[in-house]
Amino acid sequence: MSLAKDDSTLTSSVLYLDGVCVSFDGYKALRGLSLTLEPGEMRAIIGPNGAGKTTMMDVITGKTRPDEGEVYFGGVHDLTRLDEPSIAELGVGRKFQKPTVFESHTVEDNILLALKAPRGAFATLFGKASADQRERIDRILETTRLGDHRARMAADLSHGQKQWLEIGMLLAQDPKLLLVDEPVAGMTDAETAQTAELLREIAKDHSVVVVEHDMTFVRDLGVKVTVLHEGAVLAEGPLDVVSADPRVIEVYLGR
Amino acid sequence: MHASFLDARSRIFLVILAGAATLVPILFLAVPAGSALHMPAYLVALFGKYLCFALLALSLDLVWGYCGILSLGHGAFFSLGGYAMGMYLMRQIGPRGVYANPILPDFMVFLNWKELPVTWWGFNSFSYAMLMVLLVPGALAFCFGWFAFRSRVTGVYLSIITQAMTYALLLAFFRNDMGFGGNNGLTDFKDLLGFNVQSDGMRAALFSISAIALGVGYLIARAVVTSKFGKVLIAIRDAESRTRFIGYRVETYKLVVFTLSAMMAGVAGALYVPQVGIINPSEFSPANSIEAVIWVAVGGRGTLVGAALGAVLVNFAKTWFTGALPELWLFALGLLFILVTLFLPKGIVGTLSGLSIWPRRNPPQARPQPTPAE
Repeated sequence: MSLAKDDSTLTSSVLYLDGVCVSFDGYKALRGLSLTLEPGEMRAIIGPNGAGKTTMMDVITGKTRPDEGEVYFGGVHDLTRLDEPSIAELGVGRKFQKPTVFESHTVEDNILLALKAPRGAFATLFGKASADQRERIDRILETTRLGDHRARMAADLSHGQKQWLEIGMLLAQDPKLLLVDEPVAGMTDAETAQTAELLREIAKDHSVVVVEHDMTFVRDLGVKVTVLHEGAVLAEGPLDVVSADPRVIEVYLGR
Repeated sequence: MHASFLDARSRIFLVILAGAATLVPILFLAVPAGSALHMPAYLVALFGKYLCFALLALSLDLVWGYCGILSLGHGAFFSLGGYAMGMYLMRQIGPRGVYANPILPDFMVFLNWKELPVTWWGFNSFSYAMLMVLLVPGALAFCFGWFAFRSRVTGVYLSIITQAMTYALLLAFFRNDMGFGGNNGLTDFKDLLGFNVQSDGMRAALFSISAIALGVGYLIARAVVTSKFGKVLIAIRDAESRTRFIGYRVETYKLVVFTLSAMMAGVAGALYVPQVGIINPSEFSPANSIEAVIWVAVGGRGTLVGAALGAVLVNFAKTWFTGALPELWLFALGLLFILVTLFLPKGIVGTLSGLSIWPRRNPPQARPQPTPAE
């Protein structure tokens, strides 16, 4: 196993993917995807539709099992052997493309459910939220500017507010690694700028992977970019370098 | 916790139950038979039966209304609880049976069995039988849920296999060599804890106990759904995979609530059997389980009180219809289900609380300072 090789890239990286292949009924969604993410790093992933961005997220969060390849979290946890709750417990949080909040719960309860706390059935059946947890909920509601909406049903929020609530839920989980899928889809320009600011804030003490189509937003983030194409990495580097790469222009930017 | 645990709706419900538990025995036992206020024995048994159905509906609402598990086989847990009680009652008959065998129930003598099967051992003890009322439905639900929830069987597929489960049990209990009385089931009960099951005192007591059981069941269900556990259940109902991605082991939650619900249904069945005087395999029939789903839908899914109310109302209508226009009952039931789905999708109680006659479950309120957790 590569663990025994004392591979410094593997052990120091928060996320390590090597040669990951996934196919669905013969369609190869990922063909040998390799990627490493350093602690505290924020990475933007871009690529045309069908490049394998969402499949990559599914592999990291345990929703999809790769046919081949290695996926390690924090250098020691083999994510290909764990299911979604275990991976979430390790500290991988995921934000979906379509905002998925718990619609029949209040904003506050949404945060409460996501809050880092024992997840077992008996802990939730008999446990009570501590004053410390209340405080953390208040802080998160403040950060995400949802303080005035805490008692509203999540279903009644606007699209942008739902996106923010979902980011708030990610903050509540306090994951080591955040996977964020198209956070600004359907947002106004002002909301987009605020979201970029919020993500940069979060990236100060979390590792973040952002999948995004919106080039202005990626430029706003100002981070290293990985371009995916047909299930593998096509190019990697700062946005300016990547966007000058002729292959990238051909498959994606130039169209 | 207390603020939302016992809200206005809960208090009204519990007061009505307490009133019924005391008033009905008084009207039945203390008011003389000639008086207009006297309650005849058949009504006491009938209302007692409604209460058992209400408890079954409550248990179904706990899994369907709050966790989205549409069980079309809850009648199986109800029947198993009923059989456990029936087996105790059979053993109490003793030598008073037709064949006067002190150990073997009549049907076993008739089948020429020489000794009591293992499944019947211990059922002469009331406490053992009551334990089985909880354990047998609980164990079945646990095993069933263990496989179904782990394999992530959800939605209509889960409903179909719950239906298959109760149908399989129906066929199994029809067989004479299963040792549960086959086609005829268990009947001709004599005593319960030394008292005649047909006596007025016992009828009144069974009615009150059913009302109390419904109240206790309600309190348990209410405690579950107002805890953080209950919030996770609702989260699973609305966005199962999202719940998984924030770290909750969905299958464990479903398993716990499904097992608890099955035990409640078992208790309902156990109280039902001595009041109707018989348990037979037809109780396992899929139609019974589907009817229970209709009670919950009519009363209001995810409201608990609504489930109990729906069970009582629909069964009241059934009693009236099957007396007045027997051949039309199934059409009326079908029509009722269609009308409720079209015009009252939240059921009676859900619609009423939407009109803010009752306070909402999560009242929008300003919270100046953090209050203790629920």
